[in-house]
Amino acid sequence: MHYKRVIPCLDVDGGRVVKGVEFLDIRDAGDPVELAAHYDREGADELVFLDITATHERRDTIVKLARDTADDVFVPFTIGGGIRSVADAQAVLDAGADKVSVNSAALARPELIDELAAVFGAQCVVLAIDAKAVPAQNGNATAQAPGYMGPADEDGDGESPPRTSGRWEAYAAGGRTATGRDAVAWAREATTRGAGEILLTSMDRDGTSDGYDLPLTSAVSAAVDVPVIASGGAGELQHLVEALQAGADAVLCASIFHYNRHTIAQAKAHLAEAGIPVRID
Amino acid sequence: MTIAVVDYGMGNRRSVEKAFEHIGANVVVTSDPERLRAAAGLVVPGVGAFPRGMANLRELGLDELLCERLAQGTPVLGICLGMQLAFERSTEQGGTQGLGVIGGEVRRLEHGALKLPHIGWNEVSFTASSPLTEGLPERCAFYHVHSFAPVPTVREDILGTAVYCTPFASVVAHENFYGVQFHPEKSSAAGLRLLANFARICARAVAPVAS
Repeated sequence: MHYKRVIPCLDVDGGRVVKGVEFLDIRDAGDPVELAAHYDREGADELVFLDITATHERRDTIVKLARDTADDVFVPFTIGGGIRSVADAQAVLDAGADKVSVNSAALARPELIDELAAVFGAQCVVLAIDAKAVPAQNGNATAQAPGYMGPADEDGDGESPPRTSGRWEAYAAGGRTATGRDAVAWAREATTRGAGEILLTSMDRDGTSDGYDLPLTSAVSAAVDVPVIASGGAGELQHLVEALQAGADAVLCASIFHYNRHTIAQAKAHLAEAGIPVRID
Repeated sequence: MTIAVVDYGMGNRRSVEKAFEHIGANVVVTSDPERLRAAAGLVVPGVGAFPRGMANLRELGLDELLCERLAQGTPVLGICLGMQLAFERSTEQGGTQGLGVIGGEVRRLEHGALKLPHIGWNEVSFTASSPLTEGLPERCAFYHVHSFAPVPTVREDILGTAVYCTPFASVVAHENFYGVQFHPEKSSAAGLRLLANFARICARAVAPVAS
């Protein structure tokens, strides 16, 4: 039985967790390693660290993070942010990380994915995509993703959400720079270049707690034959169920766990109840 | 008592080392034959392709050393590629001879419509009891990352199986050789338990008459 995965994501700035909160079993919620070890004990299947440090010493901070995490965390973990070359990846993998994720650097130079896969294998290479819906042009709202039944009145306020084109654009630089690349086509290209997983973040949903972007998740999952990790928008446990049913192999969560709204054990129990195979020890 | 993690340039030595440290074992990561001969037990880790793994072992003279220590009764644990190398051969990249300390062949997973590599947590069902799996439930999840899996000649060499499209051998043992297709060093509490069991096997091997 192959299990779907629940993956807490930790944003790290200058070696400290952004948005960290206190849990009973940890002393310092700002310490990424302590928080990661807490999630390992709670039943996290993997962990993702996204380093948002904006300095030139970044490589040293992510290598240190990988080394310290490997001392105390015994589930696989991915490090993203600041990986621009094979040498950057080598440094964090040697320090104990299991995978690296690349985003802007791969958009700028897609061959980076080929190089990383050739040296470390596809299983080490995660392509992160920050995707934003392309608004519909007038009268052009018909080209929807396969299986997408059109915009629904999800918040129940009687108004349909804005019509979308059923297309998404990949953004670089932490969502600041539009690239003109179609997110689904980019995901497909990346997997042919050797990306072993797609970490797919909906910029429209990130931070909203409104749930994952299900049409986006379905469209990318259907387009690639590697696992897709859905990210952005999880606010309640049913959202995790929806993303996994939409085709994701894993769900990335941040605030839903960081703010102690739910524990990982509660999330796993909810998924199991919905008939989704998850690891429960 | 020291456990030596064989450093032959393949994969995540550091993660394996840290996991053994975490359970309180004395562990070294080395390719030095002297230290490998002095250790109570050996761990062969590894991530990567079979032909290169075998070539690296040969280049360092570690293929003979491993066979020598196995013949002496030293417990050896192979992890992922490190386990596959103990078989007679692998079909990966055209076919390569392995160490041949356990009968059988390593073949590409029959994955049907499922994705390769097989990445993620998968439930292992233990089919035979062993000191390696002591204290673990009959069915238990471990973290797998692989495209190939062993097909042992002797059914009794299989201790546990998992299913990814079709069943495959995920835990094997033959005399004092133990092998796991998954990564115990990345399998949280269950994986640490398995490594602690291996450390106990090593301790018993160096002090067989201790009561």
